[in-house]
This record gives sequence, structure tokens and C-alpha cells, in this order.
Amino acid sequence: MFKRDPDFGKKLKNQKALIFMSIPFVIYVIIFNYVPLVGWLMAFQNYKPKNGLFHSEFIGLEKFKFLFRNVDFIHDVRNTLAMGVINLVLSTVAAIVFAILLNELRGVIGKKFVQTISYLPHFLSMVILTGIVFDVLSMENGMVNRFLMTIGFIDKPVQWLAEPKYFWWIVAFANLWKETGWNSIIYLAAITSINTDLYEAASIDGAGRLKRIWHITLPGLKPTILILLIMNVGNVLNVGFELQYLLGNDLVKSVSETIDIYVLNWGISRGDYSLGTAAGIFKSVVSIILIIIANKTAKAMGEESLY
Amino acid sequence: MADFNLKEKASANKIVRGGIMSRRTKGDMIFDTINTIFMVIFTIIILYPLLNMVAVSFNDGLDALKGGIYLWPRIFTTKNYSTVLSMKNMGNAVRTSVMRTVIGTLSATFVTALLAYILSRKDFLFKKSLSLLYVVTMYVNGGLIPVFLVYKSLGLTNNFLVYVLPGMVPAFSMLVLRTYMNGLPDSLAESAMIDGAGHFTIFFRIILPLCMPVIATVALFTAVGQWNSWFDVMIYNRMSDNLTTLQYELMKLLSSVTNQKSNSEVMKNATGTVTPTSVRAAATVVTSLPIIILYPFLQRYFVAGLTIGGVKE
Repeated sequence: MFKRDPDFGKKLKNQKALIFMSIPFVIYVIIFNYVPLVGWLMAFQNYKPKNGLFHSEFIGLEKFKFLFRNVDFIHDVRNTLAMGVINLVLSTVAAIVFAILLNELRGVIGKKFVQTISYLPHFLSMVILTGIVFDVLSMENGMVNRFLMTIGFIDKPVQWLAEPKYFWWIVAFANLWKETGWNSIIYLAAITSINTDLYEAASIDGAGRLKRIWHITLPGLKPTILILLIMNVGNVLNVGFELQYLLGNDLVKSVSETIDIYVLNWGISRGDYSLGTAAGIFKSVVSIILIIIANKTAKAMGEESLY
Repeated sequence: MADFNLKEKASANKIVRGGIMSRRTKGDMIFDTINTIFMVIFTIIILYPLLNMVAVSFNDGLDALKGGIYLWPRIFTTKNYSTVLSMKNMGNAVRTSVMRTVIGTLSATFVTALLAYILSRKDFLFKKSLSLLYVVTMYVNGGLIPVFLVYKSLGLTNNFLVYVLPGMVPAFSMLVLRTYMNGLPDSLAESAMIDGAGHFTIFFRIILPLCMPVIATVALFTAVGQWNSWFDVMIYNRMSDNLTTLQYELMKLLSSVTNQKSNSEVMKNATGTVTPTSVRAAATVVTSLPIIILYPFLQRYFVAGLTIGGVKE
């Protein structure tokens, strides 16, 4: 490729300074991002820290076989997927609805105020979010229990975080509280780029607010919705683990643990580096496949490629 | 970069639209009423848990357990705060949190901008290959265990540098900065080059000042990320008390409150009582204070930043 450029040698000389400046960046990315990939070998070994990567015994796919026979791992894959999909669907719908309603809100000051408040939780840490979830769901004074008892929906407080059947939804709603406002920014930006003439024409034709939202705003948002949805499908396994790790307890372990928590428990706490690496590889490979599928889909639908 | 003004355009559109729709139908009125009620409820759901936390943090601990504290403390005390501030690791936690945020943000922003500068030179021979080397890191990483072992062998455990070095050149920030720099006119750098300026001079004197809005955005995101992280503390620096952070201390408080026994550990003395719950409320307020204080000033930067991010490379 370089041979086709007759001035290559000359350019190389001219760009000496730029090339020198790049060298630290190359070394940095290799050490911090590419050397760890060599560690993937551990997944195929019975890795012992005292033997190191080059003298540990190779055992082929043993660790992967163990993983797929391990009930905990199967559960954790299911939990990761379930929470990923629930979060994806709920957060997308909530962000779109919120963006549309905010756009329809009358009065610039009120709109700015709601907007400002809605972004705020995005900047709070997961630790703080977890604390808020504990408070809101608390048995003693939690606002959810109090509210549901006041309206007569339940007669005694529910211990929300001790019941496996609620866990996924608690994670989903906690994420909604934190991110709905933030996620709506991109949709709001898309709404403002919709041609206002369309709204004028529609209102002259007698279309009401809901009709205009349904026939103009939503179709106008379609490309944005699709591209974000596809992009997020690639990220579905990265539901994170912070919230699950912090909110989880022994009573809900079977539904709260994700692949990342599995890696943490087996790899770091129990010191089985090989198994932890194997589980990590599984997650990476599935993620990459999802991203490739997502990108192909985006291309097929005539959207810009994601990478 | 025209999208910077989307927000302003939004309000302008609204005014125009409002003018056209001066005749409000009954349906419009119902819609507006419901929408306003919805937004009020939404705002309350976001704000109430936060304000309640502040009220509890200023209330006597044992009294707060009785419930009924809403937006204002019933028995006012600053005891929860003095308990938090006199906790064993508090000095270390505040110092490390501030240091990692300041040093981590300044170094990451500067270094990432430098890489973006190199990659925005149009005829740079290795532009494509070096970009690729970084973009790949957005999609592929070694995973927790291999990364942990590499950092360990680099001596990054029980070391402050583990907060700074690993996240020094985020590929996404690099792409955002590079996109912005690509949008600057070439003639600026070229004419400086003719005047004999080197790359560092051009970077510092010309490019950096012009990139300030986008640099501020990238720096803001890095700073929030640094301030909020606790996981790296737990994995790498758990053994070093002097490297603990506010978020990690708060996380430890949190897990002590979950182990239900704890609310009986009431501490009593002449001036009142504190409970783990009330202490945690105070710690939460202390931990989120910097973000809440800076928040109104930073708003315009992050909205601009997200729009650039959305526009993509």
C-alpha cells in the first residue's frame, strides 16, 4: 500500500516529529489494551500464578466445558440477557415518551427547569443510586411501601429486595430514574430538526396534538430510534454490574448476578483466573458478534455504519 | 458543529409554533393539563428522594427511624456530619478523591487532545493505522482477570497511578476531539508551520485554545467518571487505606447498612443519636456535593458534548 506513494520516503522524513510524538501512544495502547489480550491464553490453561503464562499446563476447552455445565453460569448469562433486554426496551420507550412530552410542554422556563432536573441523576454515582433505592424501598419508611399502603394496594410493607421476582424490575426502574432525562437529549435534538412546516400544515388540516405526535413527530424520530436501538443491542451484555453487585444479596443471588459478577467471584475472590478469563472471553465474543450483526443490520437498512 | 445551538433552536421553534397555534382547542387544553401534571410528578419523583436524603442527614438518627421526615428535619442536628467527617479514613478519602479527579482529568484530557491532534494532521502517514489501534479498544478488551494480572505485574496495585494511567486515552473522547479538530481550517496550522512553528507550538498556541468548548466537555465527563468510580479502589487498592476514596467509603457504609443488624448500632451521647442510616445520608450528601454545586454551571457543556457525540465521527 505504501509502495504506491512515490514520496513515501520524503514524507517519512518530513513527519519525523509527528512519528516521534506517536511512539508513546503506540507503546501505551499496546501495554494497556493489547497485552491483556495475550492473557486470553489462560482460559485454555490450568493457570497457576507461580508457573506464569508460559509454563502453565494447557487443558484445551476444559474451562469452557465447566462453564456451560455450571448452573450458576447459565443463570448469570440468563440474568445478564434478561436485564439487558428489559433495560433496553424500557429505557428506549421512556426516553422517547419523555422527549416528546417535554417538547410539547408549554412555557420555556418550565421546560428548562424540568430538563435540568431530569439530567441531574445521571451525574450521581451508582453507589448513591443504590443508597436511594435502599431508602425508597425500605421496609420501615420507604416511600414505595408507604404510598402503596396509603392507596390500599398492599396491607403490609413488602421486602422488595428480598424477593427474586422483583429484582430485574428494580434494576430497570433504578436505571430509568437515573437515565431517562439524559437519554432523552438525543431524541429532543432529533425532534427539533423536524421541519416545522409539517406541523403547521397538519394543524391547518385540523390535526390535534396527539395526531401530530403520531403522524409527524414519531415518524420523524424513526431513523434516530432505529440507529440507537441497533447500537444498544450491541451493548446488551454490558448492562453493567455495579447496580446488581451493590443491590444484590444472598436471597436474590440466583437472579441478580451477571456474567461480570461471575467473573469477579470466580476469578478474583476464588482465584480461579482461568475460569474467570473463560467467562470473560465468552462475554466478549458474544458482544462482538452482536455488534457485527447490529452493524450489518444498520447498513442493510441504509443507515450509516456504526464503526 | 452547527448542532451546538440545537437547544436554542428548539426554544425558537416552540415560540414560532406557539404563535401559529394561537387558537387552542379543547383537546389541546386537556393535553397540556395532563402533560403538565405528568411533568410535575416526574420532577417530584426525581427530586423527592434526594431532598429527603438531605432532610434525614440533618435529623437526629433515632428520631428519623420513626419515620415521617419528608423535606425538612424534625430534630435538627449536625451530628451526622460530624460523625462522617471524623470517620477514620475520611481525610484520606477526600484527599484521594480530589486528587484522582484533578490529576486524572487534567492528564487524560491533555494527552487525549495531543493524540487527537496527531490524528487530525491530514497527510500523516500512520493516521489510519494509529486510529485503528485505538478504535479497536472501544470494542475489544481483555476482560477483568487478564487486565488485573497485567496491572498487578506493572506494579499498579496499591498505587495511586491505577486511577490515572489506565483510563488516560479513552478512544471515544479521542474521536470527539479529532472530529472537532478536523473541522478547524487547515490554513491556521499551515501558516504557523511556514513561520517555523513546531507541532508542540501549534498544538498549544493554536489548536488547544480553539478547542476549548469541546475540551471542557470531554474534561467534564472524565471528571464525573473519576469522582464517581469505586470499583478500581475495591479491586486494586483495597489494602491501602491512604488510597481510599469517598465513593468507596460510602459503598462500605452502604453494605454495613444492608447487613440488617446495623440499625441497632445506635451511637448515643449528650448531643443526640446517630444511626448507620442517618450517617449514610450525611455521607451521601457530602459525596454528591461537588457535583450538585458545579452542576448548573456545567450544563451547557454536557448538552453540547452529547450532541457532538451523537453526530459521530
